[in-house]
Amino acid sequence: MKFSLSWLKDHLDTQASLAEIVESLTKIGLEVEHVDNPADRLKDFVIAHVIEAKQHPNADRLRVCMVDAGDGQPVQVVCGAPNARTGLKSVFSPVGTYIPAKNITLTKGVIRGVESNGMLCSAFELELSNDHEGIIEVASDAPIGTRFVDYMGLNDPVIEINLTPNRPDATGVYGIARDLAAAGLGTLKEKPITDHAGSFACPVSVTLDLAAEDKHLAPLFALRLVRGVKNGPSPDWLQKRLKSIGLRPINALVDITNYITFDRGRPLHVFDADKVKGQIVVRRGRAGESIVALDGKTYKIEPAQIVICDDNGIESIAGIMGGEHSGCDEDTQNVLIESALWDPMNIARSGRALGINSDARYRFERGIDPAFCLPGAQLATQMVLDLCGGEASHLHIAGQVPDTKRLIDFPFSEVARLTGLKISSGDMLATLKTLGFIIVSADDRHAEVSVPSWRPDVEGKADLVEEIMRIAGVDNVTSVPLPRLEASVPKPILTLLQKRTRLARRALAGRGLVEAVTWSFVSKEKASLFGGGQASLALANPIAADLSDMRPSLLPGLLAAAQRNADRALGNVAVFEVGQVFRGDGEKDQRMNAAGLRRAQAKPNGSGRHWSGAAGQVDVFDAKADAFALLGSLNVPIAGLQLVAGGPAWFHPGRSATLQFGPKNIIGHFGEIHPAIMEALDLSGTIVAFELVLDDIPPPKLKPTKVKSKLDLPELMPVERDFAFLVDRSVKTADLIKAALSADRTMISDALIFDVYEGTGVPEGKTSIGLAITLQPQERTLTDQEIEAVAGKIVAEVSRKTGAILRG
Amino acid sequence: MSQINELETQTLAAIEGAQDEAALEQVRVASLGKKGTITALLATLGKMSPEERKSAGAAINALKDKVNEALLARRTIVKGAALEARLKSESVDVTLPVREAPIETGRIHPISQVMDELTAIFADMGFSIAEGPDIESDDYNFTKLNFPLGHPAREMHDTFFFNPGADGERKLLRTHTSPVQVRTMLNAKPPIRVICPGRTYRCDSDQTHTPMFHQVEGLVIDKSAHMGHLKWILEEFCKAFFEVPSVKMRFRPSFFPFTEPSMEVDIQCRRSGGEIRFGEGEDWLEILGCGMVHPNVLRNCGVDPDEYQGFAWGMGIDRIAMLKYGMPDLRAFFEADMRWLSHYGFRPLDLPTLAGGLSS
Repeated sequence: MKFSLSWLKDHLDTQASLAEIVESLTKIGLEVEHVDNPADRLKDFVIAHVIEAKQHPNADRLRVCMVDAGDGQPVQVVCGAPNARTGLKSVFSPVGTYIPAKNITLTKGVIRGVESNGMLCSAFELELSNDHEGIIEVASDAPIGTRFVDYMGLNDPVIEINLTPNRPDATGVYGIARDLAAAGLGTLKEKPITDHAGSFACPVSVTLDLAAEDKHLAPLFALRLVRGVKNGPSPDWLQKRLKSIGLRPINALVDITNYITFDRGRPLHVFDADKVKGQIVVRRGRAGESIVALDGKTYKIEPAQIVICDDNGIESIAGIMGGEHSGCDEDTQNVLIESALWDPMNIARSGRALGINSDARYRFERGIDPAFCLPGAQLATQMVLDLCGGEASHLHIAGQVPDTKRLIDFPFSEVARLTGLKISSGDMLATLKTLGFIIVSADDRHAEVSVPSWRPDVEGKADLVEEIMRIAGVDNVTSVPLPRLEASVPKPILTLLQKRTRLARRALAGRGLVEAVTWSFVSKEKASLFGGGQASLALANPIAADLSDMRPSLLPGLLAAAQRNADRALGNVAVFEVGQVFRGDGEKDQRMNAAGLRRAQAKPNGSGRHWSGAAGQVDVFDAKADAFALLGSLNVPIAGLQLVAGGPAWFHPGRSATLQFGPKNIIGHFGEIHPAIMEALDLSGTIVAFELVLDDIPPPKLKPTKVKSKLDLPELMPVERDFAFLVDRSVKTADLIKAALSADRTMISDALIFDVYEGTGVPEGKTSIGLAITLQPQERTLTDQEIEAVAGKIVAEVSRKTGAILRG
Repeated sequence: MSQINELETQTLAAIEGAQDEAALEQVRVASLGKKGTITALLATLGKMSPEERKSAGAAINALKDKVNEALLARRTIVKGAALEARLKSESVDVTLPVREAPIETGRIHPISQVMDELTAIFADMGFSIAEGPDIESDDYNFTKLNFPLGHPAREMHDTFFFNPGADGERKLLRTHTSPVQVRTMLNAKPPIRVICPGRTYRCDSDQTHTPMFHQVEGLVIDKSAHMGHLKWILEEFCKAFFEVPSVKMRFRPSFFPFTEPSMEVDIQCRRSGGEIRFGEGEDWLEILGCGMVHPNVLRNCGVDPDEYQGFAWGMGIDRIAMLKYGMPDLRAFFEADMRWLSHYGFRPLDLPTLAGGLSS
């Protein structure tokens, strides 16, 4: 919403300065977005007289002018305008002037060998129009040296406010003036509107052809003919008003409707009565209908939209834009003035569907003052009669003014209860009155308040509190410390999942992985490749084709991120994300996952080449180490954790594993990304990854005390024995370790694989495994025989369970 | 006597001439060993007369002591020299770069860091962290929050929708974290003090908007919480979060469907050359929206607006992260460019606490 200071003063009698007005507007909730004061911008441009203009000695198209700008010292200016001539009065900008349209500050120059001190300006250079054909020509009696803005009356700052959707009353300058008056910035000028009864019947009737359940879509339609008008350019004052806010004057009849739209927030429409055929019918649109609107574009009309028709068909889109066919032009002699009411939500939907952002839609969709519908028609009639003459018919009215009266029971204590402000009830009522509320009754505790018709946003007592607060000034609300609920040290507030989510990030970052935050949506193809892609998780209106489906896994986003970095020559990527994934659209289907990947040589202890030894390629064990480091950091009880070879389809089947607490509680996977996935997603290099579902990791057992279990430190030295076993390749080392440990559960304290070897000296299909066993004597030092006995049991047990043979 | 003197001169010279411990040991053996010169001299004492023995014995023992002393002194020197030589030979080029430790190269994303900062501040004020699903119902995202169907205020949220399910319900991606407030009020009895951080989505993408972003909202419901408390919380929050001794804030009346009265809040700042400083300057920067929870919202969530009251506020996590840490472009937050993450990210142990300061 835009208006100029002088326009505001049409309605507000005030001594306040521009700065005070701007500050107040923001303070009362009409946030000032921009103030443009042409007087500031164009202050250096002055009226000047071209004493002499002669041909430039070195350029055909240039002239050398002697310019008198009023200070008695003519200056020489080189000018390229074709109309620069001796005797002309124009606009001059001296050296040092900032030229808005060109974003330059003038300096002294030499043009083709002739000195030039300043510039004679076109309207384009002052951003007044697009005319840069020649320099501005002003009347010959214009006073030399006067500021151009003063001479032209451009000294009128324009204020633009960012209007919230709840304030239809402030879509007109009058409503803004009323708010400012309430805020104490002046007095609202009340101007009575003359009722014109009219001298003859309106020859065009209006039918609201709507089903009973649609009546609310067009509750009221007033129409009046003014015959014998003389249309033409509107008067200067009106053109200036419109131009000041960026509107293009068209002709008096159209300008009147635009003026009232901005002046009173009351959109109107004028039809050229001679182009309207038959009677007017207001109805729903019909499939297949279309209209060429006033903007020259053709719009397809749907049944959801309300249209205004005559025997020619659709003449106007209700509340949004009129039609080109019946619009008024210079030749219009008889005009039909329309002032109607439309359903705000229907206008909002129709405007959105049609893609039209008009000044009428802007107001109707916010809900304009229903009580001003008929006065609006009268005001327009008055202006038409004043500016274009003619004779008015009776006002033809279809429908009726909706009853929007409502009373609010307002306890004065609400203001203090909700804001803490201490305001007397007298001051509260005074504020409400200046805003147009009517106090039906009041006692010392509460008042019965009637809401004005132009405030559809005010529904209850909280709204009245807001009115009183914003006029009193939010600044006057004093900060008050919020008391603690309990006078104690704050209790822990994080849930287990919240703690694990936070800790997971720090733990993974501590392993050298870098945290990324990637989109929650991926392409349908990627979602499908990673176990998702179901219809219920596809967006109906994705912003881009590659952001169309909710992600079932964090990996597609991380893989894409790794490749983007690799494409920028950052190939050794170690990246993770802790974030939500989606298994379905139900509220219980969302999971918090932690996933990480390593690409190329991004090993845990350093990546790429180094004098101390190159990192080597990442492998599945790096991903495993990350996953286990994370589980360890989260203090997950690992005893029941099973590691099952193989994982979901996006992992290499022979280089991946599933982590689970039983087959029904899978908590995640790790592995090398499947070559087919690498190819499908156009990924290069080797990538290993893990992904854990934090929600599914079992909680630690609750203990009744914080005391840790007793530490038992044996006093005797442990003994270590090494074994070399030859096993089939299919044997899992985990089984081998398990077998060894089971040989003597009290004496064996640890089993370590220190070597895994295949190759020369080892038969095809076999693996040589080096196993170190630690024996912990409990009561006395072990004898050689005892050690040999345990060793024998270990070999027997391992052989029995895995088929291993002890190497010689 | 001259023999002793001569021996002394010879032996001491030999000690002085020994260049390492082995040579010195040879000298010791040659003089004090079983067959050593001094030992041999001592053996001659037995054949001497008591008088001779007395004087010669004293002289020889004196020689022995002198030699022992010299040996010890020389040993210290040659040992030191040997150590020095060894150390010299063992020196390495310590300027050779070591690999960076994982804990140096790992990074926490600024959004996670700021969420942890928010947690530190609000946990101290007695707030819990509430969370909810990203895929929401129209009811929780809009209707319960007092957005009438078809109202232009809904249009201001460029909502991502899913296709209607079998039951005809059309789910959506939450456009704000306010549905978490709804869930909290429906599930808990006042007093309520929660913050709701999380991912939010709007179908919008340009220089300053991304289709996914992060918000944090706060909600206080009890029997007396009013706007004065709200102002205090926001002032305290801004001081703590931006780590400045004071901030100047401007509260402007505004409109949100779910609060009444509603306000937008600007924070005073100084901008110069791409840098923003708070607590000084002439500019105002909008950072959050807030207000008293609308009676309709309270009613919709089963809270009696005449018994309970409260306030809520909301702001962009990405936005306050940008303001505090100076990232110029929102879009880079989600591009996972390792250079950006390494630069703007936080070290693994930069854990924000009130005791130690939010940032180091």
